[in-house]
Amino acid sequence: MKVKGRVWKIEKDGKLMDDIDTDMIYHNKYLHITEQEEMAKYAFSNLEGWQDFPEKARKGDIIFAGENFGCGSSRQHAVDCFIALGINAIVAKSFGAIYKRNAINSGLAVLECNALDMAEVETGDEIEIDFETGEIKKNGICILKAKPMNKIQYAIYLAGNLFRYAEGI
Amino acid sequence: MPTIIEKIFQMHTEDKVEAGNTIWLNIDLRTARDFAGAKVVKNLLKHYSSEYIEDATKTFFTFDCNAPANTIEYANNQQICREFARKNGIKVYDVGRGIGSHVVIEEGLAYPGITAVGTDSHFNILGSVGAFGQGMGDIDIAFVFKTGKTWFEVPETVKVNFIGTPSAPWSAKDLALLCVKELRRKVLGRAIEFYGEIVDELSLAGRITLASMVTEMGGIIGFIPPNREVINFYSKRSGKEIKPVYADDATYEKEIDIDVSNLEPLIALPPSPSNVKRVRDVHDIKVDSVFIGSCTNGRVEDMQAVAKILKGKKIAENITLKVVPATREVWREMMNGEIMKELFNAGAIISHSACAGCASGQIGMTGEGEVQVSTSNRNFKGKQGAGDTYLASPETAAASALTGYITGVDEI
Repeated sequence: MKVKGRVWKIEKDGKLMDDIDTDMIYHNKYLHITEQEEMAKYAFSNLEGWQDFPEKARKGDIIFAGENFGCGSSRQHAVDCFIALGINAIVAKSFGAIYKRNAINSGLAVLECNALDMAEVETGDEIEIDFETGEIKKNGICILKAKPMNKIQYAIYLAGNLFRYAEGI
Repeated sequence: MPTIIEKIFQMHTEDKVEAGNTIWLNIDLRTARDFAGAKVVKNLLKHYSSEYIEDATKTFFTFDCNAPANTIEYANNQQICREFARKNGIKVYDVGRGIGSHVVIEEGLAYPGITAVGTDSHFNILGSVGAFGQGMGDIDIAFVFKTGKTWFEVPETVKVNFIGTPSAPWSAKDLALLCVKELRRKVLGRAIEFYGEIVDELSLAGRITLASMVTEMGGIIGFIPPNREVINFYSKRSGKEIKPVYADDATYEKEIDIDVSNLEPLIALPPSPSNVKRVRDVHDIKVDSVFIGSCTNGRVEDMQAVAKILKGKKIAENITLKVVPATREVWREMMNGEIMKELFNAGAIISHSACAGCASGQIGMTGEGEVQVSTSNRNFKGKQGAGDTYLASPETAAASALTGYITGVDEI
């Protein structure tokens, strides 16, 4: 399966930001919220310079980030807020372990790519990602290869979430 | 030969356990907190036609984030959990009982060799007793409540060998901070096993401190092979015969040696737990508030260390000293001895048991520009309020409360 979308490079001083933690993504003061739709407006609400992300993001967009994205708390909200915004995928150099699970279980595509810094991609560029091969293309040309999703990860993604996946096994 | 995590997993799955494999893992102990608990319930009601769960005797709610609720939203969420628990016959460790990951240790529910999950990213604290514990999001936890299992990618294991014996005074928190500094980026998504003389002798409280910060090291879990103290503790508490899981001649992804002979009081500067410096290299930082507690340093041994330093003294003027025992059991032990009196007389505010500052809980947040020394595990921007949080041991926190500046215990 392939998805297309517009890239947001989450950068600071021209470099993809590392260690974006769950409090930066979705601050603990909004944890009482249990409705997913309501979480959209708080995505990156505690990440300096990115507080207006929910207004700028469009359905289908793709996020690029550095190492250890989503480290910190186990809050599903930090995944749900991006689903509510319609984000298509997050590509990072690496993810916090719990964050990665939470994203997979919710059907939000997350891909790891060590060489993400090397990509000749700017914020606003349209790219295409193939989840099975990990290929990332711009203007039809492969510019990067991310680690493809593993089998179970991909199956949960296709099913939509862990609950629906489990019904089918 | 298998590592500790591989051995525990193989006892809990029919699939082949091998690093990199994804397996279905049976979970012995399933918990949710007041944070995310309501979302767990909502997931169950939304995705399943029957509201009943797989095994209520293995399932618990532990309220520790906002205890008692100081907002109506949190109170509503707790009530959603209580009502669901009543219908299902699930036991609730309600507000006041303490931090869930500690409660399951004290109650003898989490013991060496078991698998456990909770909606707490520090649930891997159970590595301190040789159990597999893992924090998970509300989808995973709802799924585990319903089915008793979840999928897990078997991680590689890194063996960490502590070399040497410290000559200067040190605490388990200093050891944990050293590990965050040394292991960051090297153990991301890995299990860790800790070895060396320094951990063999570590008390259960010290083991909890070290294991609690594996999340900040980026690891999945850090196992400390149970010693006699841990085994005795459980033999008494659980009434079960305890069979700890040890690794014999295991194959590791890599081994990392950490020299601890120069270990000394350390402190993590904001805004990252890995921003670790020696306390003696941090000068002229005026402190406004001090927080003693959290799942990292909320045991009675931590309180004892603080009381010893504060005994017969008063904290500096205009310092707020917030003390929060991890559990009600710790509270009782503090009352039995002189600890409570000494902390009170020194000027501390002593609150009931819960996560407190780490979860915007009951003891208040820091304001813009406020400097806080905290014994907790995270100092990310905004985590404990709008101010700057420095992470340190109970000893350093107590010494800093006395002088009003970041101070090592050897300087007072």
